[in-house]
Amino acid sequence: MIVGERKPLEEIFESIEGAKDILVAGCGTCVAVCMAGGEKEVGMLAAELRMGARLRGLDIDVSEATAQRQCDKEYLETLREHVEGKDLVISMACGIGVQYLALNYEPVRVVPGINTDFLGANLDVGEWAEYCQNCGDCVLADTGGICPIARCSKSLLNGPCGGSANGKCEIDPTVDCAWQLIYDRMKALGRLDRLSEVHPPKSWKTSRDGGPRRLVREDQKT
Amino acid sequence: MSETTSGDYEPKIVAFACEYCSYTAADLAGSMRLQYPANVRIIKVPCTGRSDAIMLLRALEEGADAVFVAGCQPGDCHFLKGNYRAKAMVPGVKTMLEEVGLHPDRVEFFHVAASEAQRWVEVVEEMTARARRLGPNPIRTGEGPEYGPGAKKDAGDEEDAA
Repeated sequence: MIVGERKPLEEIFESIEGAKDILVAGCGTCVAVCMAGGEKEVGMLAAELRMGARLRGLDIDVSEATAQRQCDKEYLETLREHVEGKDLVISMACGIGVQYLALNYEPVRVVPGINTDFLGANLDVGEWAEYCQNCGDCVLADTGGICPIARCSKSLLNGPCGGSANGKCEIDPTVDCAWQLIYDRMKALGRLDRLSEVHPPKSWKTSRDGGPRRLVREDQKT
Repeated sequence: MSETTSGDYEPKIVAFACEYCSYTAADLAGSMRLQYPANVRIIKVPCTGRSDAIMLLRALEEGADAVFVAGCQPGDCHFLKGNYRAKAMVPGVKTMLEEVGLHPDRVEFFHVAASEAQRWVEVVEEMTARARRLGPNPIRTGEGPEYGPGAKKDAGDEEDAA
């Protein structure tokens, strides 16, 4: 899922300058799960904004609403009555939601309430790690289900590099060496011989490197 | 209604007390006829793990002068880890208060066992004293930030008093 973190309050105050009627719009999916932009976090930011404004002598009205998602028109529509008449919306969704809300509610001013960090797995309560880089050409079948693009700091396809030590990456002692993990996994699967095959250079055309991506499923279009 | 003179100001303290420990301690304090400030408003929760940052923030937004959460002693939570959850939540709220412009001493977490009626009294006295020292919640009075850049005056840090 998409993992993000609430922006610092001061930064948000700067971005809402000049606005009076403000809506804090939450998203009930990824950002709610990582406790950055769900209904509860909307309530918290709204309370902080109201209190902060009162202490700074700012005259603002802050209201709250949360949609199930902000990346689908049908769900964004549920916010219409809340957005109507507002000077500004603070979207607590990921970067996708912020932009889509802005597009669907043009010309209302929309600012982000969180920083969108990465696509990650929930390792433990309150802990997430980056697992996928949406490269568009998944090689997980060849690496025992461990991604060398996302989890190797250098995105090597034929790792490890010389910086792998005690199963950790040289850039950070808390980062696992993805290729150590791949080796261990392939060994457990009895498929170690596959790692001897050299993986050819990856075509990054399908990744963000090839430009903003778009998918059209003709079979889904009526 | 002006509450800026110390004579008029009576702090409003909100306390989240758990059914199994701190609320029982408060009840016992009453049975024992222990005398303590009448400024506290108790909200009983089944476990302090139920309490959340949003509740503390709303209490302060609505004008409470101080808010505290009183949970079980470490290891004694009936729901195993609720008190740890509440204890971990409070420092985050303190940081939020600092960013907003309120003094972090307005919120706190304490451990109070069911038998510790006297400890409950001490906790209430501590928070009431803090609320008096800090003065009325500036959210209510509209005075301006009491912490961080833009704070007009020191809100009576304990270090300053030393």
